[in-house]
Order: sequence, then C-alpha cells, then structure tokens
Amino acid sequence: MAHEHKLEIFRGLWKFKSNTQKIWGVLAFLTFVTAIEVVLGIYKPDVLMHTWIDPLEGGFFATIGNIILSPFVYMKPLNLIFILLTIVKAYYITWDFMHMRDETKALRRMVVWTSVFLICYLIFILLQEGGYVYEVYFTEDALIKRDF
Amino acid sequence: MDSTVASTGTEGKTWGGGNKPLVASYGKMMMWFFIVSDALTFSGFLAAYGFSRFKFIKEWPIADEVFTHVPFLHGQELPMIYVAFMTFVLIMSSVTMVLAVDAGHHMNKVKVTLYMFLTIIGGAIFVGSQAWEWATFIQGDYGAVQTKGGNILQFGEYVTVDGEDKFKRISIDDFAVHHSTERTQHQRKNGLWFVTEDPLPPYSVNEIYEGLAANSNILVRTQEINDEGHKTVLSREESLKWVKNNGQLVVKGANLKVNEYGTALFADFFFFITGFHGFHVFSGVVINIIIFFNVILGTYERRGSYEMVEKVGLYWHFVDLVWVFVFTFFYLV
Repeated sequence: MAHEHKLEIFRGLWKFKSNTQKIWGVLAFLTFVTAIEVVLGIYKPDVLMHTWIDPLEGGFFATIGNIILSPFVYMKPLNLIFILLTIVKAYYITWDFMHMRDETKALRRMVVWTSVFLICYLIFILLQEGGYVYEVYFTEDALIKRDF
Repeated sequence: MDSTVASTGTEGKTWGGGNKPLVASYGKMMMWFFIVSDALTFSGFLAAYGFSRFKFIKEWPIADEVFTHVPFLHGQELPMIYVAFMTFVLIMSSVTMVLAVDAGHHMNKVKVTLYMFLTIIGGAIFVGSQAWEWATFIQGDYGAVQTKGGNILQFGEYVTVDGEDKFKRISIDDFAVHHSTERTQHQRKNGLWFVTEDPLPPYSVNEIYEGLAANSNILVRTQEINDEGHKTVLSREESLKWVKNNGQLVVKGANLKVNEYGTALFADFFFFITGFHGFHVFSGVVINIIIFFNVILGTYERRGSYEMVEKVGLYWHFVDLVWVFVFTFFYLV
C-alpha cells in the first residue's frame, strides 16, 4: 500500500522528514495559534477594541466602499483577528489532519468550494436580516417597546 | 442475470468507468459527503446564532463574564482558561487520531491500538468537561431580576481596585431579605393531580427590593452595552425604581426559558449548539470504541487495510474542526 504524503507546510517553508513529524509540527502550530487567541481574549488590548476606519459617507461610492471594506468598517479588529485565526486553524486541521493535502484537486474543490459558497451565502442572508431586525426593534423610531 | 448486462467491451477505458478522477475509495468519499452536509448543518446553527446576536447586538451577554469558572478553583474569576484547556484536549485527541491513522498505514497494530485508546480518553475528557461547563452555567452564580419586558437586571457595587473604579457583582443571596415564603410550590401530591409547577425562584422580587433598599451601596446593572463596551450601571434612584416598577421574576442560573446573564436566546443557542456538538463528540467516542475493539480483534489486520480507522478519523477531525468555530463564536468574538 502506497500512502504518499506531502511533507511540507507553509508552501515549503517548513519541511518534515516523516508524516509523524509533520503531525507534531502542525500540532505545535495549532497550539501556538490557540495560545494567541486565548491571550488576546483575556487581555483584549484597547487598540483592537475599536474599529480603525469610520464608515465612509457621501453617496453611492461611499456605500460601495463600505461594503467592500465592511470587515474593517463594521468589525472590531480583535474579532477580525479571531475569525481569521479560526480559518487558519480550520485550514491546517483539514489539510494535514484530514489529509486533504494528499487528495486530488477535484475532491478538494468538491468539498471546499461547495461548503464555502453555501456557508457564505447563508451567513450573509442571516446577518443582514439580523441587522435589519435590530433596526426595527431598537433604534429611536422603533415601533416596538422592549425595555419595560 | 447475464442476459440483462450488455458487455460493451469498453471496461477499463475512460467511458467504461476506467477513469477514477477522485482516486478515493467509496467509503472515504461518502464520509467526505457526510462531512460536507454536517458542516452545513452546523453552519446553519451558527448563522442562526449570528442572526440572534445581531438582533440583540447592544445587549448580548459578554462571554468573559459568563464562563469564568475552572474546576477546583472555586470563587476565582478566570475567563477563557478552562475552555482553552478543552480546546487543547480536543486538538490533542485529533493528533493521536491522526497518529493512529499513520500507524495503520504502516500496519502497526500495537501503535494503532495505543493511539486509538488515547483518542478515546481525550474525547471522554472533553465530553466530561462540557458536562461540567453546562452544570456550572445552569447553576448560575450571582442571580438577577427579570423585568416585565424579559430583560435582566443584575446587582453589584463600585469598588476601587488599583485606583480604578470597578463594578463588582454581588450575589442576590448576600443582600436579599428572606421572609418566610409567601407561597409553596404546587405539587401533584398536595394540589390538583393533573397540574404541576416548576420549582419556585429562591426569592420574590419584593425580598430583593427590600434588600436593595436596605443596602445603599448596591446598584443595578442593565443588559444594555454602552459605548465603552460595558453594561450600563444605573444610578441609585433609578436602580430602586426599576426593580420596584418593572421587576417580575427572580432568576438564578440559566435554562431554556430564563438566563441570569442576559438574553434568554444566549442560553438557548449555547445549549443547542454545544449540545449538538457534544452529541457528535459522544457518538464519535462510541464509534472510536467500536473501531478500537475491531483493531484489538485483528479485523483490519486480516482485511489487510486499516482504512476504517482513516474513515472514523475523518469524522473525529471534523468534530474538532467544528469545535474550533464554536470556540470562536461563543467564547472569543
């Protein structure tokens, strides 16, 4: 039985001699990423707690700009970092622990593109709707009183 | 039967099924398909959680104030520590799983057995930790008053720590005036046999109000988050007014109906999503145990391939993958 593994991560920056070594290397990396998350989660540096860019104002192009830059305009940098680190962790779990790296390109795309497309769609619809419901319920001209 | 199958003479050629574009066995591919569909189920739950969170964006409970407990370290506020431990345990059990798969490729039965065993232990520790986390959350710690609008009023006082004013929570047990109970719980044996009632809250709103009026240091905190990212603390007069006029129910801990930490939906989603994930871990452990015994009995040795270990490994890593996202969206963001 031939089981060939690609024995390098970070596009060849870190090479391993055997599959077992690669597993421990990936564990070290995942632990490191989790440690960063936990430390940031406990200390919550002030710099990262407020958005760095205010929403652009003035017409159509500002709206387009806000949509394109929405992760920076509407999200705290800390949360953005958490989400990016989570995706990094998910990538290495799938690629090295689940051996996606060793599968054919077709299988990889079949699994990843399908889920990524559907999940992005779902998240967009539901978060957009959640924001709208917030405006109906809680902004100043809301027709519903909830705090009594 | 032979007569129904036409032999085309193309067997082994591209259009006769001779091409295997994915180079994966049937079982492994089906496991991937299952994982994709299960991933969509989980993302449906997490997106629904996101919906509710965006709806209550200004009053969602702050996870660091909710999950502060660590076993054996009673009374200390240590957010993140225990859940970080749980995450590490799950990643570690993923590693032993992938090591078992690797040993399977080398047909090394002893090592597969050992690593499968360690994986099962890791899964069991994780499920146990989650049960403890649930129990602590259900138990609650400070207690609160729910208003007629379903919002939560919590109690505390300002203390000076390192020259800085900090709001420190106070448990309702520490200030509520305890009268002999106004009424007892309705049980089947002493009332209508076909009517039951949930256990009564520990105090009535009046007892809380009397205690609040007697202690001039105690203030009420609403669930609304102000511009600094903290929950709003009311003035003394406002505090008394809110509890007196709007208080309806005393809440301790969390369940599917009420939640002393804030919006009840937070507890609902916590129970539902971590519960569904915990159920996956549990079933993963059960499947791992079955495979573990098959390994010991030599089933795969005789079969000449440890691919079953690989397939159950895919499922196990997927459970770990989901936890990475649950961890982010419940505890970090």
